[in-house]
Amino acid sequence: MAYKHYILVCGGTACESNKGAELFNRLNAEAEKQGVKDQVQIVKTGCFGFCERGPIVKVLPEDSFYVSVKPEDAQEIIAEQIIKGREVKRLLYSDDETAVKKDILAVEDIPFYQKQFRVVLRNCGAINPENIDEYIAREGYAGLERVLFEWNQEQLIEEVKKSGLRGRGGAGFPTWLKWDLARKAVGDVKYVICNADEGDPGAYMDRSTIEGDPHSVIEGMITAGKAIGSNQGYVYIRAEYPLAIERLKIAIDQAREYGLLGKNILNSGFDFDIEIRLGAGAFVCGEETALLTSVEGARGEPRPRPPYPALKGLFGKPTVLNNVETYANIPQIILNGAEWLSSIGTERSKGTKVFALGGKIKNTGLVEVPMGTTLREIVEEIGGGIPNGKRFKAAQTGGPSGGCIPAKHFDIQIDYDNLTAIGSMMGSGGLIVMDEDNCMVDIAKYFLDFTVDESCGKCTPCRVGTKRMYEILERITNGNGKPEDIGKLEELGYYIKENALCGLGQSAPNPVLSTLKYFKDEYEAHINDKKCPAGQCKALLNYEILQDKCKRCSVCVRVCPTGAIEGTVKNPHYIHTEKCIKCGACKEKCKFGAIVVR
Amino acid sequence: MAMSLDDLRKLREAKKTDLRKREAEGKEMQVIVGMGTCGIAAGAKQTLDAFIKGLEAHNLVDSTLVRQTGCMGLCHSEPTVEVVVPGMPTVIYGKVDEKVVNEIIQKHLIGKELLSGYILDKPAADILGAK
Repeated sequence: MAYKHYILVCGGTACESNKGAELFNRLNAEAEKQGVKDQVQIVKTGCFGFCERGPIVKVLPEDSFYVSVKPEDAQEIIAEQIIKGREVKRLLYSDDETAVKKDILAVEDIPFYQKQFRVVLRNCGAINPENIDEYIAREGYAGLERVLFEWNQEQLIEEVKKSGLRGRGGAGFPTWLKWDLARKAVGDVKYVICNADEGDPGAYMDRSTIEGDPHSVIEGMITAGKAIGSNQGYVYIRAEYPLAIERLKIAIDQAREYGLLGKNILNSGFDFDIEIRLGAGAFVCGEETALLTSVEGARGEPRPRPPYPALKGLFGKPTVLNNVETYANIPQIILNGAEWLSSIGTERSKGTKVFALGGKIKNTGLVEVPMGTTLREIVEEIGGGIPNGKRFKAAQTGGPSGGCIPAKHFDIQIDYDNLTAIGSMMGSGGLIVMDEDNCMVDIAKYFLDFTVDESCGKCTPCRVGTKRMYEILERITNGNGKPEDIGKLEELGYYIKENALCGLGQSAPNPVLSTLKYFKDEYEAHINDKKCPAGQCKALLNYEILQDKCKRCSVCVRVCPTGAIEGTVKNPHYIHTEKCIKCGACKEKCKFGAIVVR
Repeated sequence: MAMSLDDLRKLREAKKTDLRKREAEGKEMQVIVGMGTCGIAAGAKQTLDAFIKGLEAHNLVDSTLVRQTGCMGLCHSEPTVEVVVPGMPTVIYGKVDEKVVNEIIQKHLIGKELLSGYILDKPAADILGAK
């Protein structure tokens, strides 16, 4: 059957939850109703990355890029474009934020995509992740020819080494070295594990990769299996990712059916199969030793290293454990050659990195950029800058394990070493942008609250130490901070870093230490002046009425839920601070701007 | 069905053509079929089908994009088809039925030669300028 049009509907979690699934059904129903079912193929794809303007619909071959499409628009898309060949202009992407209404832009001109370079996400938004044929058509499983028939283990690992690929899970350990250690390790059985236990708040790169292109991860794992001599792989993924799990299951089944997983893959004599292990959503299980314990069926707690998993991992056997994004890079390296990947990026960080862009930014979404792209390019050009004309204050990378990059490092080239040098880290790829309204002490407290919750409790520095740090931060934000608190935080932070058992504890103080390094003045303002410069910490705010602006209308008196404002019409109004709960209702209602927060 | 390496290669080649039809990237030549009410009434749907089948038969899927557009204003000569080939003048052909489609594919797209008998017009100046 020859289709004349193809409609690609984003099937990522973000768009699905924004009525994307309903839109997909409506498009199908409309195509049926209007009698063009045989002329248009409607495909549900992975994430386009442009989540801010979702649900995204792309119509080919015209390359019409529709944003914020509602289920009600289905009728028009089918009637206008599929039947009459006319684009639905009102749905096309346009840069409406700029003062001059620009002409509708072609896809390649959308600023969001211009600076991106897609290796891991190359198939996301291009193929149907539930159809193995489409992956195969885009050179999928093509690398297996070399992996299974042409190269031996040493050659394979050498290729990965030459590519310069480093672990995308955060720490940036050279992938080839892990593989080589596991290959050389003595063991009757070896394992390949994929870490899909993505837990950082606001990060969803791995979920989207599995949702949009699950076969790339499977192919990467088969390659790792061949390289170290393993026949069994596990994907450890959190149960909170139902869509990703569903698509991964479908992908594994299809690969088995085609003989790409299982016994004697493509008649090469090599056996490899993959099973899924669901995690219960504990952050610590993203740490490799805790993850292994969890896969074994025990409670997810870390254990000391060494021995490293490469030598003694799952069930005490040599194990290679990589992140989703790392595996997704592998097929491209095998296919295009090590030189291709190593030509992208910086001196010591090769290839690309996927970031989940969030926080105070216009284009929230998923972006993939070459290593060495500056933070400014990501925030201003891809992200579209900060909304409401606010000023950039800092960006947080690496989630609860990472740190803040202040405005003075706005032009930093993002790679592993540069980020570590300024006290942050690459992390798995969460990138949260903050503007002048964000209080850095509050941010540090937020992340620490997360680690206090997620600490497994096995070692004292993490279990007790993070709790003590949290208490100090709480004291500071409540206006009870003492001058010696800053020193205490630093001391505790370094102590926890040095003594905690696993990566979770060792990196837990990072958000505090990095904000202390770059925003000490904010801590001091909280402690010494009992003020929150960003106006976020409620306990430190006081509402006041400016008598010269007050028109004595008594609206605020009536709106105050606690009766904290005294005054009658035509007489002066006052706020009793001891009764005020700082809800801000009065400030919102006052038409004259007479109520201020200090 | 467990595949061999050869099966996998064959499947890839077969599926690649399917997927390439979707994409616009890297396709230098364009065939744009007028699908206004007038065009459809005069048989533009058959014309479009003929192009899709013909391009596949001649292995031109990788290099040619088939698009649809509205009425070109030449309702007297529908179905109309605009053909864009780099290095050649862009022309509009009129009364393009299946027979003419095959001639366009063989002479214009492959042979790089205009079909003088069917040329109706060239696109308006603003359309040419926009490309």
